[in-house]
Amino acid sequence: MTITSPSVQSESLGKGGQQPLPQVSAASEIFQETLALTRRLFLQLIRRPSTLVAGILQPLIWLILFGALFANAPEGLLPGGGSYGRFLGAGVIVFTAFSAALNAGLPVMFDREFGFLNRLLVAPLRSRASIILASVIYITLLSLTQSLSIIIAAGLLGYGWPSLPGMLIVILVLSLLIFAVTALSLALAFSLPGHIELIAVIFVSNLPLLFASTALAPLSFMPSWLSWLASVNPLTFAIEPIRASYSNDFHLTDIVLIAPYGSLNSLTCIAVLAVLSLFLFVAVSPILDRRLN
Amino acid sequence: MIELKHLSKTYGGGKQQPVKALNDLSLQVPEGMLYGILGPNGSGKTTCLRILCTLLAPDSGTVTVSGIDALTQPRQVRRLMGYVAQDVAIDKILTGRELLAFQSDLYHLPGNKRDERINELIDLLDMGEWIDRRCGSYSGGMRRRIDLAAGLLHSPQLLILDEPTVGLDIESRAVLWQVLRQLRDQGVTVVLSSHYLEEIDILADRLAIFDSGSVIAEGTPTDLKKELGGERVTLKVREFSDNQESARLRNLLLECPGVRDVVINQSQGYSLNLLVDTQDVSETIRSHLIELDIPVFSLTQSRPSLDDVYLQATGRTLMDAELAVAGLRDPKAERKQSM
Repeated sequence: MTITSPSVQSESLGKGGQQPLPQVSAASEIFQETLALTRRLFLQLIRRPSTLVAGILQPLIWLILFGALFANAPEGLLPGGGSYGRFLGAGVIVFTAFSAALNAGLPVMFDREFGFLNRLLVAPLRSRASIILASVIYITLLSLTQSLSIIIAAGLLGYGWPSLPGMLIVILVLSLLIFAVTALSLALAFSLPGHIELIAVIFVSNLPLLFASTALAPLSFMPSWLSWLASVNPLTFAIEPIRASYSNDFHLTDIVLIAPYGSLNSLTCIAVLAVLSLFLFVAVSPILDRRLN
Repeated sequence: MIELKHLSKTYGGGKQQPVKALNDLSLQVPEGMLYGILGPNGSGKTTCLRILCTLLAPDSGTVTVSGIDALTQPRQVRRLMGYVAQDVAIDKILTGRELLAFQSDLYHLPGNKRDERINELIDLLDMGEWIDRRCGSYSGGMRRRIDLAAGLLHSPQLLILDEPTVGLDIESRAVLWQVLRQLRDQGVTVVLSSHYLEEIDILADRLAIFDSGSVIAEGTPTDLKKELGGERVTLKVREFSDNQESARLRNLLLECPGVRDVVINQSQGYSLNLLVDTQDVSETIRSHLIELDIPVFSLTQSRPSLDDVYLQATGRTLMDAELAVAGLRDPKAERKQSM
């Protein structure tokens, strides 16, 4: 290749590719690109806050209406006593995080459809995993914000507050669930043909997973087939430790779920969620790789 | 600078009818040139450019940019080039300045250089008035300019533009042409595709004409036209003639001294395109027609154009080719391929 004269290089359009590029570490490049991608998602959220607001309003309505529906249920009906509202709180908190994370794929799908993703793919990204990483950071923070709003709303409605260590468990459990669901949603966003199909999958899976969990009723209320379903539903594994963390006397090793196949404590539930979310990321990474590389 | 060898690419298969987009296409683009790719819609221009900018892998063939194999080292190639796509993808919610800042982070420009470079490009493309408005409010011309700026942020050695002037207003097109020429003068290799003959004729230093996924002619516009030789005369005996009349006239005109060949141009109301030997033959033709008592609606003489080059190679005009593919394309399938 011919080397252009210095006078040419100094002009406004200059050929930067021929000037020695400063040596920058891979980590700092990945940081720069991930930060830019994440910032863009948050700018979108701030300027179009309907996603954030709807994600809080919907569970809030659940909390108020469903709580009121069973407000006059006989005392002592639920295992461990306590009001239905208090029982429901944990379920709705988990549902909030779950629904938000299920939507993780939507911004990616729209970028694919509008061709914005191509803009990212022709850029010399150090690692295209930055695109995934930015989505995970964005959805985790968004889902946690929405869930925290619901925790506060539930507290104000008189459904109780978790203890401080309990709060850490709540955040840990929600984060694990969010990671798992985000992995699934991103994989769908890269494999389904368009946003109509993605929204259909979200729509179909959202409520059945909620009803087939212990969010609205305990296992003891369910027929045996449903209690089996609920005891393998990942939402149940998130709901039960959170419900327990609202108790004043909370221990990780306390039994929280008496499933048809055996009794589980909070620690086991959390471990199951951790394994699930790790497994899902490993399982979907070939799909993401194929689409991004 | 760019070397494409024996590229083939077929879309579809399975349920869909497979479409051969590129058919053993080879092309060399010398460094520092404004290189045009001319061809009707569906001739493989976009597929070729998408492969060149690493968005798409060919079924077979090799792609080398500045000696780097684009198929095995795509990231190195991406650093060297800027790409301005056909469908401008823009984030409506960001302002133009934010979009450029976002893009410069993807190109890892250091923070201090970033703002300086963005301001340079704002001046260059005359975007100062509206750069801080949200992209959603931009016109087609503004979007294309912001997209060009995004492609230039990292001062690439190679700029690839896919049909950059489609649907542009005259002012934006003039700005774009001027910038492309300036870039070329500064040593940047610019490759642009177009189905506008005049654009390629005016802008390009060299060009390749694509048809059905292959290169059917390659060279400088002047050489390509000169190779065809002769002058062109376009004759209409009435505004809209018919095939029968034109066929009869064709036979009569072939007997006229100085006329080498006559082609009936269906898309121009069955006008007659005459290939003639000498420059001042139109008067001879006019008197020949008067002798035969044939009216003349219009008679113009011109140098051969790139359309004549295309006509010579494929037997149809570029416009006919456009019309022929217009009904065959499946926008849904094309959209899917680009995702």
